[in-house]
Amino acid sequence: MFQFLIKRLATIAPTLVFVSMLIFGLQQLLPGDPAVILAGEERDPNVVAYLHQKLHLDDPLPVRYAYWVGGVLRGDLGESVRTQQPVLDLVVQKLPVTIELAVLAMLIALVIGIPAGLVSAVARGTAWDHLANAFALWGLSTPNFWLGILMILLFSVQLGWLPASGYVSPFESLSQNLAAMAMPAFVLGNAIAAVLMRHTRSAMLQVLSADYVRTARSKGLTERSVVLKHALRNALTPIITLGALEFGTLLSGAVLTEQVFTIPGFGKLIVDSVFNRDYAVVQGVVLVTATAYIALNLLADLAYFASNPRLRP
Amino acid sequence: MSATLATAAFDAPRAETGPWRRAWRRLARRPSALFGLVVVVAFVVVALGAPWIAPFDPIETSWSAIRQAPSAVHWFGTDDIGRDVLSRVVFGTRASLLAGVVAVSISFALGVPIGLAAGFIGGVVDGFISRLTDAFLACPFLILAIALSAFLGPNLTNAMIAIGVSATPIFVRLTRAQVINVKVEDYIEAARALGNRPLRIAWRHVLPNVLPPLIVQATLAIAAAVIAEASLSFLGLGQQPPAPSWGSMLNTAKNYVDNAPWMAIWPGLAIFLLVLSFNLLGDGLRDVLDPRQR
Repeated sequence: MFQFLIKRLATIAPTLVFVSMLIFGLQQLLPGDPAVILAGEERDPNVVAYLHQKLHLDDPLPVRYAYWVGGVLRGDLGESVRTQQPVLDLVVQKLPVTIELAVLAMLIALVIGIPAGLVSAVARGTAWDHLANAFALWGLSTPNFWLGILMILLFSVQLGWLPASGYVSPFESLSQNLAAMAMPAFVLGNAIAAVLMRHTRSAMLQVLSADYVRTARSKGLTERSVVLKHALRNALTPIITLGALEFGTLLSGAVLTEQVFTIPGFGKLIVDSVFNRDYAVVQGVVLVTATAYIALNLLADLAYFASNPRLRP
Repeated sequence: MSATLATAAFDAPRAETGPWRRAWRRLARRPSALFGLVVVVAFVVVALGAPWIAPFDPIETSWSAIRQAPSAVHWFGTDDIGRDVLSRVVFGTRASLLAGVVAVSISFALGVPIGLAAGFIGGVVDGFISRLTDAFLACPFLILAIALSAFLGPNLTNAMIAIGVSATPIFVRLTRAQVINVKVEDYIEAARALGNRPLRIAWRHVLPNVLPPLIVQATLAIAAAVIAEASLSFLGLGQQPPAPSWGSMLNTAKNYVDNAPWMAIWPGLAIFLLVLSFNLLGDGLRDVLDPRQR
């Protein structure tokens, strides 16, 4: 396990370096002098001069990159041009809201996706299988911001059951928090459920044709026991590993979902920063997202390694 | 006479069973894939014929026809400044299809040669390209596209570039994996033994054999790119007003969902139908061209 971890970390190091170069490089795409653009619409000459000095814009590119990476390693992601707050503080403030949304969405995806995939594989070729496949296609083809608008139309405008927008902290009122998060979490979970359904279906089909499942059946075990205890348990590992990789989809989806339901999370932060031309915040959000994705990938790999005895030496 | 018959007997099945012809025949037997193909073709026709199909000018406002419900004059109703929703949906097809095709062409043109180089050359080149690909893949697709279009400036061209660049790593990785499988085959060894130069082997022998899964991926990627363009336009980073785009129409529609729901229904339905069709076509092509992935 330790050796595996070291090997895996060795491949992560260069990836992280490239990620940092990529995100630093975004700034180079800005046309003209970055200091003038970063200074906002007022373009105060004092601010421009200050930014030139602060961002080391008069130094060569590799030197500027070294300064930037040095800052990042010390936890300094720069500061927001709008609010003058450190980017890291802004990200840390908004992160819990998005994490709650992501966790609820993932729970909904698991509750829908895995049973749907299971039924689809066990009842292959039947109406249930077709229904589950149709559900997956619907999930993969529906833009989540449209689904969000349709749900607002039905559950807020027509039925008046759920609030159309806004966010209430769970510490203020848990019931109001869950009422506000129900629709966004479903919208976000819907697409992931479709992916999980497809993964579950193919993993179950593979496992159900394995020798040990035939042995379990020939021992006279009930079909329920064969499917749930023998097949599903073995199929779950790859499903969970692949599910962890859906984190990126979850965050991308959160950007749009938060916009539709006006939830003050991570996604809304990046969109607002784009329109405020607050580029340091945009860079900070991308950097934190990418680092979290790499860390989650590593955890998924480790979980897969730990749960699969055949990979151990 | 007998020689002619023999040639005909050999030639006839060969013409009938060429790999592409065989693939088409198998595809034609799948109703869902055929449905996808027909709808995609229909959207292409709508995009090309938009000026003749749309009943009104898509950007012409009418203050006397604000937020009118669907009627015999305005089949899909009108929007917040009196523009005909049907005409805007029809013209919006152009932005969506263009974004889908151009963005995926960018990914394909960048990703396939890079993946081919990584898989075929191997060693340090492969290591470098693979780590770079990992770095791109670590940034969630839409977030990278948002960041790129934010820095490049919000318009449809930059959105297409941003989506294309963000989707490139998927093509790099897929091409590399396919090339690594193919390059150990006997026919590549034979081509090498015959003295072919590496570039020629890569172009003439490796590339044609890795194309089918890439075509499948490209079809599915167009579906993803259409959603991505709609998403960027929804956020205000794609097609800029007043030019019509399904995503920006939905952005406006969300503010009038309580009194003009038709503004949200039709553009969303158009995105759904186009993306569904590309997904159905892609799934069908995968079954036909790449049965291992089924």
